[in-house]
Amino acid sequence: MAKVAEGLFYSETHEWVRLDGDEAYVGITDYAQHALGSIVYVDMPDVDDEVVKDEEFGAVESVKAASDLVSPVSGTVTAKNDALDEGPGLLNSDPYGTWIIKVRLSDASATSALMDAAAYSAFCESLG
Amino acid sequence: MEEPLKRTCLHDSHVALGAQMSTFAGYDMPIQYAGIIEEHNAVRRHCGMFDVSHMGEIVISGPQSEEFTGHVFTNDVRGIRAGKVLYGMMLYPDGGVVDDLLVYKMDDQKWLLVVNASNVDKDFEWLSKQASGYDVRLDNLSDFYGEIALQGPEAEKVTAEVLGMDLKDLEFYTFRIEPYRMDSAAGAISGLPAGSVEPLIVSRTGYTGEDGFEFYGSFALIRSIWDRLLASGVTPCGLGCRDTLRFEVGLPLYGHELSSDITPLEAGLGMFVKTDKPEFIGKEAILSQKEKGLDRKCAGIELKDKAIPRAGYPVESCGVQIGTVTTGYNSISTGKSVCMAMLKKDYTVPGTEVQVRIRKKVFPGVVCKKRFYDKNYKK
Repeated sequence: MAKVAEGLFYSETHEWVRLDGDEAYVGITDYAQHALGSIVYVDMPDVDDEVVKDEEFGAVESVKAASDLVSPVSGTVTAKNDALDEGPGLLNSDPYGTWIIKVRLSDASATSALMDAAAYSAFCESLG
Repeated sequence: MEEPLKRTCLHDSHVALGAQMSTFAGYDMPIQYAGIIEEHNAVRRHCGMFDVSHMGEIVISGPQSEEFTGHVFTNDVRGIRAGKVLYGMMLYPDGGVVDDLLVYKMDDQKWLLVVNASNVDKDFEWLSKQASGYDVRLDNLSDFYGEIALQGPEAEKVTAEVLGMDLKDLEFYTFRIEPYRMDSAAGAISGLPAGSVEPLIVSRTGYTGEDGFEFYGSFALIRSIWDRLLASGVTPCGLGCRDTLRFEVGLPLYGHELSSDITPLEAGLGMFVKTDKPEFIGKEAILSQKEKGLDRKCAGIELKDKAIPRAGYPVESCGVQIGTVTTGYNSISTGKSVCMAMLKKDYTVPGTEVQVRIRKKVFPGVVCKKRFYDKNYKK
């Protein structure tokens, strides 16, 4: 059973959002890391790049395959987690404690279209 | 209508072990058990075992079987002794590859062809068409043979200790038939009496760049061997690491480095095409390509970044595409991001700077040999 963390917002493509003022951290969920298996590389955008909700902003790669990262919010990248360059496996070992990018949100109500923990938990269960 | 997925004789064991399963060549096959990286390292450092029962086995027999085998196969089978294994290809007349395969000489009138699972039907049809006029018989025994590959530096020791087979003297690319005594557990599964003896084909071959063996036999026999190896602690390995292992040592995979559109010369496998033989299908095309020179060739590329070049990604020079990645990984044994790629010939000189387009960015790389890790065969 995939773990879900309280207080975060979730997308159907298994990214999470943690609000921090007018910025948000973005990562991938326990469900996602488990489905991918051992992550060996994370392709992140650069600081000042724009990300658009529901559009690809990078990729996480296991040994066998690359999977797109889909942005759950729109805005400007203010930071990327450089620790992932040397330790991409952090996304496996601590998915909710490991953010990938930090985004300055272009829309204050960015999380209204996302799921809360309970809704995401039910969503994952529906996937079997 | 899609055909139902086939299962190998070891399917129950994969499921019991909790393997991640996926469809490959029409079979429900294990991709990984504990994880690709752990399994890959087990083979490089100790040994691991693979269920490769999906591979195809076709037997050519009859008075003209040597002549016919030589006619369809690029390597030279003339005068080799029974017990020898040769690697090579079957070619179309235009030099494109029908399949790459191993040929086992059983005796003067019997040859076992081990072919890719995804090509079995195509190969059998191809062979049947070519056989008219030859006094040979063709049998597709793919659904009757199980196969296990035991690979790694400890394979010889494990085979001796667990299976009681002394294979010290079995040379690289040779095989022998071992009388294998069924234990009581295998006897129960197969319905054969415990203690009965069945023939097992054992060859010193593999697809990992390590020393090791491949075992071919009846389903009951293969199940018995698998269970004994498993009980002794040998790491079960899935198709995931089979690919990472073969890739690192530059071995080709049909559909990637070889295909009906790629000749053995372009794949860098000319040494397995014996153009000094009197004849074989595709010989003229290969000779002509040798004479004219190649337009493209398979080479290695090492990236400076950790980004991973995957099959199908474009390779560029100064913004112009000069080739395509055929297989690529972050190499588990070396930690480097590397790939094999089919490149325009002018760019295949080691040291040439190229770029690989990965999603929206291009990453600089250097052309190198398409062997990223040294083979460790016992020769």
